Order: sequence, then C-alpha cells, then structure tokens
Amino acid sequence: MNSFYPPPAVDVARRRFVQGLALGGAAAALGLLRPTGAIASGSFASSTVLSGTDFALDIGQTRVNYTGKPGIATTVNGSLPGPILRWKQGSEVRLRVTNRLLVPTSIHWHGIILPFDMDGVPGISFGGIAPGASFVYRFNVRQSGTYWYHAHSGYQEQTGLLGALIIDPQGSERFAADRDYVVMLNDWSDDHPASIYARLKKSSGYYNTAQPSVADFVRDAQHLGLREAFAKRRMWNAMRMNPTDLSDVTAYTYTYLMNGFTPAGNWTGLFRPGEKLRLRVINGSGMTIFDLRIPGLKMSVVSADGQDVEPVTVDELRIAPAETYDVIVEPQEDRAYSLFAQTIDRSGYARGTLAPRPGMQADVPAMDPRVWVGMQDMMGGAASPGRGGHSGMQGMHHEAMNDMPNMQDMPGMAMDDHAFATQLKTGPGVDMRVPAPRTNLDDPGVGLRDNGRRVLTYADLHTIGGPIDQREPERDITLRLTGNMERYMWSFDGVKFSDAQPVRFRHGERLRIVLVNDTMMHHPIHLHGMWSEVENAAGDFQLRKHTVSVQPAQQISYAVTADNPGRWAYHCHMLFHMQAGMFREVVVA
Amino acid sequence: MNRRTYAGWRRAWLACVALTLPCTAMAQDAMSMTHHDEPSPAMQNMDMHDNASYGMLLVDQLELSHGHNGNGPAWEAEAWYGNDSDKLWLRSEGEGSHRRIERGDLEALWGHAVSAFWNTQLGVRHDLGIGPQRNWAAFGVEGLAPYWFELEATSYLSNQGRVAARLRAEYTLRFTQRLMLQPEFEINLYSKDDPAQRIGSGVSDTQLGLRLRYEITRQFAPYVGVVWSRRFATTATFTRADRESVFDRQFVAGIRFWF
Repeated sequence: MNSFYPPPAVDVARRRFVQGLALGGAAAALGLLRPTGAIASGSFASSTVLSGTDFALDIGQTRVNYTGKPGIATTVNGSLPGPILRWKQGSEVRLRVTNRLLVPTSIHWHGIILPFDMDGVPGISFGGIAPGASFVYRFNVRQSGTYWYHAHSGYQEQTGLLGALIIDPQGSERFAADRDYVVMLNDWSDDHPASIYARLKKSSGYYNTAQPSVADFVRDAQHLGLREAFAKRRMWNAMRMNPTDLSDVTAYTYTYLMNGFTPAGNWTGLFRPGEKLRLRVINGSGMTIFDLRIPGLKMSVVSADGQDVEPVTVDELRIAPAETYDVIVEPQEDRAYSLFAQTIDRSGYARGTLAPRPGMQADVPAMDPRVWVGMQDMMGGAASPGRGGHSGMQGMHHEAMNDMPNMQDMPGMAMDDHAFATQLKTGPGVDMRVPAPRTNLDDPGVGLRDNGRRVLTYADLHTIGGPIDQREPERDITLRLTGNMERYMWSFDGVKFSDAQPVRFRHGERLRIVLVNDTMMHHPIHLHGMWSEVENAAGDFQLRKHTVSVQPAQQISYAVTADNPGRWAYHCHMLFHMQAGMFREVVVA
Repeated sequence: MNRRTYAGWRRAWLACVALTLPCTAMAQDAMSMTHHDEPSPAMQNMDMHDNASYGMLLVDQLELSHGHNGNGPAWEAEAWYGNDSDKLWLRSEGEGSHRRIERGDLEALWGHAVSAFWNTQLGVRHDLGIGPQRNWAAFGVEGLAPYWFELEATSYLSNQGRVAARLRAEYTLRFTQRLMLQPEFEINLYSKDDPAQRIGSGVSDTQLGLRLRYEITRQFAPYVGVVWSRRFATTATFTRADRESVFDRQFVAGIRFWF
C-alpha cells in the first residue's frame, strides 16, 4: 500500500517525450503544477498531447499545490492529469510505461477493447510494473472516441495517475467540430486516500457536512408543519439510513479540478463566436459524481463512453466516475461562458471557462440546494411509479413508510420464493435490500429532478448503429450491488472480492447482466475488455457503454458478448467501494 | 485543581494510557505490515485491501465532575482493532474521587459482526476501584438500534457465581454540524450482594448524562454536561452507610476525541 510517499525517484527533467509531441497545446501544465491563471490557447490546450503509435510514459511523483498546502501527486510524465494520448483507429500502438516510483504501478486503458494481458490490472491481467522496470503495452486500436487511462494499483489513480485518451476514427468524425477540448474532471485531496479510507472505516459520516440537524428540522417544521417534518424523518431514522448520504467523500477534503485547474485557477478554452466546440468530458474522479452545465449554452450530446449516439440536446448532464460524454456547443455571443460542474452532494464544484479571449470570466452560478435522497432512491418501484417526481418524501403515504422495515413483505421480481428470500437477506455487509427496484432509465436522479432544466438520462441516449451483436442473450447473471454504510462495506451479492469466486462467461456467448442496486448510493460499474450494451426496461437495446452508473434502488440490465477470452476486472468505479470489495474477476473461457 | 483531584486524574490518566498503548502498538504493527507487504506480494495484485484491519481509539468522555459526593475525574473509552467481521475491543469506564478510583472497569472483548447493525462481544471484565478487584466473563451485544440509538447490553459472570448485567444507550442530537447533545443512559444489575464492593443485588445504579459538545474538528470536541446518578436497593443501603448520598447530580466538563 502506498501509505507513505517515497521521495521522487527521478528528476522531472528526465521525462522523455516521444514523437508528435504537442498539437499546438500550450504547455501550461507541463511539469509545472501550479497552473493558476494559465490560459489554454489551442486544441486540447493546457495538457500535453502525445500522438502517434509509439509512446514513452514515465510514472513518477510530482510536487503539486492546489490548496496552499504542498502535496505530492503520482503523475505520468510529470503532469496531472497526464498527457492526452491521441491514437488512430486501426493502428497498432506501443506504449512503454516506466515506473519511477518505489512501489509497483500499472496503467489501465479504460474502455479499450484489447487482449486481456494488455489491460493493465495487476494480479488479473499481468504482474504489474515493478519499481524501476518498464512494461510495453502493445495492441491494435479497434475503436474510436473519447476514453481515458488510469492506474489500477493501490491509491495511485486517486493521487493523480490519470489522463485522457482520444482515438480518431479511421474515416472522418461523424460530428465535426471546429475545436476540440478535453474536459477532465477529478477530485484532489491533500490527505492521502489511505487515510481518507481509514476514516471512513471508523466513522462513515466523517466527510458528510450536511447531516440532518435540529436546525433543518426547525426549518422543515416552519415550511411543512410539525407533522410533515416528523414524517419526513421517521422512515430514515427507523431504517438507520441517512438521507443526506449522497457522497462518501466531499469538499470537506476534496478540491475539484478541471483539466488540473482549481476553480480559482479557471481552466479556459478559447473559441470564436459561431464555432462548433467539441468538449470531451471525462470524469476521472475517485469518488465524485458531477452535474455539468454551461449556463447560456445548450449541449448536444453526441457520444457516450466513446460510442457515438444520436445527438440529444440538454442543459445539464450527470457524469459518474469513469464515464465520458462528448458534447458539442456552439457559442454565438462574444462573451465568456462558465463550465460549471457541481458535485452531487452540492458541497463543491469544478469550474472552467469558454471564452473568446484569454482572461475573460462569466458568472459562476450558485450551487443548487442540497436535496435529500428521495423515496424512489430507497424503495425503487415501490415508492413511485414511472418518472420520479418527488425529490422529498412529501408524496409518501405513511402506510408505505410503515412497510419499510418489513421489506420482505413487498412484491418482488419473478423468481422462486427461496431464492428470493435468500437474495433479500441483510447481514453484516448488507444494510438494506430493494425487493422492487425501479427499472426506468428516464430518471435524472436525486438533486436533478424537476429542476427546470433539461437533464440528460440514459433514456435519451441511443447508440448509433445498434448493438454489436444481434443475438438474444442466452442467460442472465444477476448481481446485486450491496453495502453497509455504517460499517463502510461494499460488495456484490454481499460477498467481497477476496471471498468471491470469479464470474464465468463462456467464450462467444451473449449474456445479460442484471444489476440491482440494493444501496442508497450510485455505483458506476465497469466491465473491462467487453462492452456493456444497456437495455431499456422493455429489453430493447439502448446504448453501449463501458461504465454503467446504477442509481440507488434501480435495476439496470445490459447485454455482453463474451468475445474476449481471458481474465478481466469487473468493479464499481467509486474507488473506495472498489477498495472495500465491490469487485469481481470475470473469466471468459 | 487541588492535590486530591490531581491524584485522581493521575489514575485516570494511567487507565487511559493502559488503554492506548496496546492500540498504538497494534496500529504501528498494521503500518509496518503494509510496508513489509511490498514489493513482492503487491506485485501479484492491485493492492486491494478489502479485508484489511483498522484500529480506533475513542475517548468518549474524559472529564472532571463536580457533585454532592465530591469532585473527581471520570472516563469512558473504547478501542478496537480488526477487520469487518472480527475485532478486538478494549473498553473502560470509571470515576474517581477522594484521591482514588472509586469504581471502574476494564474489558477486553472479541467483537463479531452478526448482522447489519449488531455485533456480539465475548470476553472478560476486570473491576477497578474500591474493594476487591473482581474478574468476570462477559458476553453481550453492541450495535445501532432503529432511530440511531447506540446500544450496549452486556451480561457478566464472576468466578464466585455472581451474575451482573449492564445496559448502555446513547444518542447524538445534532443542533448544527458541530454542536451536538449526547444523552447517555446506563443501568447496572447484580444477582447477589457484594458488600466488599459496596454493591447490592438487583438494580444497583443508574446514570443519565447530557453532554453538549462542540466539534472543533471531527476528532476533537470539548463538552460540558450534567449527570444524574442514583443508587438503588441494597446498594443504596451501602451508600448511606458510607455517608454518601444515594442521588447525585454532577456537573461535568471534558473532552471527547478519537483517532
């Protein structure tokens, strides 16, 4: 475990850059990691862009200072985020990754379909990269779009080892743009992730600075009346669940970065009015879900997880860790626009600017009010049919609330009674169950419901070209996403990674994975090496993703074609959930 | 602070140190273990620790009290080390007055997670304070009841065949994110008299405390409070015989901290 930072093993000057270094990006963040006031000027500005087929990446440690307190980040070629890698669909890429740390490292190419031994997960795809050693990743690039890369060793991803991957299509881009920017979001803490995790283990509410309080109660009593104020709390308290539990880790310790810039640092992308800008939004956070909008601009979503979708115009989108969205914006006015990404718990935000000239700024909107987790986030389909309209519990019947502690009595899914009863048990690692999860994809989620803006949902996204495999799935694998917030335990089916057998796919089969979220939190679930083809509630193909964010009390199913033999990682991309055991090995054979 | 309370404090301090040392040692073990893990085993995996052990020391109350029966220090603390399913617990509470530990105990327990919110605890208790220092086998449950009540219910069996029980309930009422009121209730029961310890059969004593704390940080909070305690039945008879009052109201001030 990377509990203590060894001194940097290599001088920053020893970084090696390869051919085709930058596309014209300013070298603002190059090695210099206090990029306050630096201004981007061209495509992919502010991060180094490395393109071509041969790459040399050095993993080392770099001093950073985002908060006034110096820290040490784990970096690729000395920058956070690491250089943008630009590949060409159809080419073979060779990446020599050299470990300048004193501990083993790895890089995983997130969302890339490649042979399993190139996937970069130590212990599953290879042995990791030992200190001082190099590893050459070599594979054919079969896809195009926006992806990213990150470490899969210890806490290195959370301390900065991440970067954008852009793969240009063999033909021309389906959705042309005049300028192209990466918007990489991540969460930085001056505290080491190991100590954050240890605190969560001791006191899981440690970072929650919006706990229900008497002050809230008095406010509610004034607005809703005493009876409603009590009712609003009763079920949560009876269940020992916390309705303010939106993020395990918050701005109490995190500073949210956009392309490596703090909100004050204000990353800026330039444009000329009338131009089309493609923003490749990547959530490289360890633990943070962002709600992104650009006040004054509509966003046309053209790609999700690197896969082109039928364009859909929205005001706002929610992006979970490891997801990517490409949006096209067309600013017409000669003025600045704020890129505003508030966290799901409204404790903080990442911010940048699109502007015609350097140095311009637009108003930064106030964060939305915090909203308590709703009934539909707890009870799924039993709480509200269809689109979740109520963000609080005002619409709840008391009968339904009385039912809560006896959820076993609720109608469940079609399965035999015994299996159903077994699946719905709670235990040390499982503090709640959702017998009747909701299956609709058109709920924007807690905090975004009925906010007056057009918010993206999975129901809006349709991958162009349909599924890669027309076969009907031969079988279902149901996995329940489970956890215990008090003990800070996370797992699939109540079983942690270390206690679990691998999930086995038969080589060549088409199968369906059904995920049921038995927790109050979002879980972005990432299957390595194969696509997840999300189905709507009716079982029809909806969109292709590498990371599927399952909302609280939601059931999502997706089809997988097991065409990539080998050993693969399968896990929640909330990194502390993964750390706690919400992880499986998948074996395709 | 007069010499008497100073002596009392010293004892409380010693009890705290006794509680802290093993915990610190274990934490250091844990750290060096993770260090020694590297690099070879870590090369084989992604360094996930889904069954790792952690340790915590919580000094819930470390306070000075002022009441009819005198002034003195009091403490309530717990420490644990272990993984999600099994933990070693050390637990201690007690109070001093008249330059001595009046009553108190130290428990070592194996805690095992049995359900979402409950753990069983099995171990031993050693009494501190006046009279003979009895030893007990302990078995209990500990956990979080609906409506966020933290409960501890423990039964004890001594080597002389006496049975005892202790129930403790605690709640945290947040006024704001930092200012909170912690009511705490404790009741002790014994099956037989133990005149040497000045304890009688039946309900021996109850205690209700209200402590208002301000969390300067999550891990450090000073507090003030008031504690009502009452002794019953034969225990009360012993108390009266000792010319102490059966009912006491104490004002307390102290600190709560954990790491």
